[in-house]
Amino acid sequence: MNFDRIKEKLNILADAAKYDVSCSSSGSKRQNKGKGLGDSSGMGICHSYTEDGRCVSLLKILLTNHCIFDCAYCITRKSNDIQRAAFKVQEVVDLTINFYRRNYIEGLFLSSGIFKSPDTTMERLVQVAKKLRLEENFNGYIHLKSIPGASDELMHEAGLYADRLSVNIEIPTREGLKLLAPDKDRKDFLQPMKKVKDEIIRHKSEKKIIKSTPKFAPAGQSTQMIVGATNETDAQVMYTAAYFYKKYQMKRVYYSGYIPVSYDPRLPSIGTDVPLLRENRLYQADWLMRFYGFSIEELLNKEHPNLDSDVDPKLGWALRNLHLFPVDVNKADKQMLARIPGLGMKSVYKILGARKYRNLNWEHLKKIGVALNRAKYFMVCNSKDWEKKDLSAMNIKSLILQNSSSKFRNTYNNQLNLFDKQDALIQY
Amino acid sequence: MIFIYDASFEGFLSAVFMAYEYKCKQPKIVKKEKFMGDFFEEVEEVITSEERATRVWKKLNTKCGSRGSQQIYWAFLSELDEIENTLFQYIQHALASTKDITKDYAHPAILKVAQTVKQVGREKHRMDAFVRFRKTKDAIYFATVEPDFNVLPLNAKHFKNRYADQKWCIYDLKRNYGIFYDLEKVEIIQLDLPASILETSTDFFTTEEIQFQHLWKNYFDSTNIKSRKNTKLHQQHVPKRYWKYLSEKYL
Repeated sequence: MNFDRIKEKLNILADAAKYDVSCSSSGSKRQNKGKGLGDSSGMGICHSYTEDGRCVSLLKILLTNHCIFDCAYCITRKSNDIQRAAFKVQEVVDLTINFYRRNYIEGLFLSSGIFKSPDTTMERLVQVAKKLRLEENFNGYIHLKSIPGASDELMHEAGLYADRLSVNIEIPTREGLKLLAPDKDRKDFLQPMKKVKDEIIRHKSEKKIIKSTPKFAPAGQSTQMIVGATNETDAQVMYTAAYFYKKYQMKRVYYSGYIPVSYDPRLPSIGTDVPLLRENRLYQADWLMRFYGFSIEELLNKEHPNLDSDVDPKLGWALRNLHLFPVDVNKADKQMLARIPGLGMKSVYKILGARKYRNLNWEHLKKIGVALNRAKYFMVCNSKDWEKKDLSAMNIKSLILQNSSSKFRNTYNNQLNLFDKQDALIQY
Repeated sequence: MIFIYDASFEGFLSAVFMAYEYKCKQPKIVKKEKFMGDFFEEVEEVITSEERATRVWKKLNTKCGSRGSQQIYWAFLSELDEIENTLFQYIQHALASTKDITKDYAHPAILKVAQTVKQVGREKHRMDAFVRFRKTKDAIYFATVEPDFNVLPLNAKHFKNRYADQKWCIYDLKRNYGIFYDLEKVEIIQLDLPASILETSTDFFTTEEIQFQHLWKNYFDSTNIKSRKNTKLHQQHVPKRYWKYLSEKYL
């Protein structure tokens, strides 16, 4: 191995791949049979965290950053004047195996710029995965990018070796895509996605009858949207996400705050802040949708096209629906408990377990770990202390904000002042 | 009454057996090496008995299920001060109750055990993540760690399944023992390690090994997005006390 050359390539091609935020290494069971290398138990492991606080679980690289497309939001776009490099198939295999053996990573996340044609690119990605599985007897995690426009046959082969496949739709709206990536067509993204979805369903149903049916992308599909590159609303982003979850049975949709990489006048200029708070709120809404039983219409609709910035989406929803509260934690069902602001699913399950033995009071709830600073306004328990009943939504919001802190406080401080003023007006 | 035992899990279970035998409702169970002497209370030295330990363990399994008894073992590995007494209260509550008590979180001992198990689980998971093998000249993938809790017994299975085709050793410098896999089975070993083992010198490691560490460090730096810098979050996920074993941090 020529370490100096590899080092140079690795720097360029890891740097180019870092804008893909997917890091998941979970959801795939691949047992190590016959003393091979690697074993995926279904649980992901984050082996390290970069200084921006994101987890490092997979060796995330591009095969090459040569690209025939010129998408304005992308660092590897054709017209961008940057250093280009390309890995050989064997180099990626060796790097993956050597990193994996030292317990640096859970596996490989391989993406690529599109060189020559979508099929040539996809074929090369599949070659890497195939070599790892068949020649190296590797059972670690492999995430391959589905290249928009790749043929169904190649997507089928990719699914046989990869744990997860993903296509990033990047721009949430059709108009945005037209503006920023005029040579890309939305249906080129959707075609491989649909092929993979259909194959996953087919393999699953065949597996029920014939046990030896091979695995097909056992960790499913994911996609990513850039937020803040065009002037889309939160509703547009989340309705698109909901559509992908439902129609394509996505395991995950990732949201990536746009990081300015270009002086293109169609985009936010270089030096603009990354919309971290917005990204955070979108993930919160995503979680509410997937794990807390919320429908997208409850969180975002015509009256509320954007999520609140100063409070989390669940609290925002609760403040708009005060007539459903307070909830009795000793009686309410799981679904309603999950809707109390400040209660996560872990707390919900603890409450469900603990209340079988005795009626819970504030002291119990606090010890169990419920975030009472938010939750106390929305629930009653085995105690007479419930004096918050006459508070308006505005009162509750300002009480909660006064008694909490957030690193994003500066981002929405102006708004907060406005609320304080309104509150003052109400009191007079 | 105070029961002092040999710090092994069997010893602890034997102590539980004895406390029940003596009908002692509030025993203090203390590791021998931590016992400072006591003028006022009666002190009993526990004889570790595999037979007694097995009897207690079987009883716990029928009362708390495999999940509950596993919780007891994991909490025990925390080595926290007085965890033995909390565990005794947990066992008392389990044996006295007709119901499964493992989710009675409003009971102080149950909650404390659940929280401790979570801490231990987190540390076990950190070891799954933060172990960095370095390939020695005799082709053993070798790692040193200093976990907060005594979690290596819990890690053995994970590493055995994963690295079935390479010899490896994970050594706990704090407790001076390691787990070693010889391509067949995992064994507990004790070594006299030179102090210089932490520095990756060519005395023990191949030059290729050092190159890979640098490649990894390079990758780690390239994959960082500077405009999203978040030092607090970074340190929360990778606490500083682990840095000296992570090549991406110490190089």
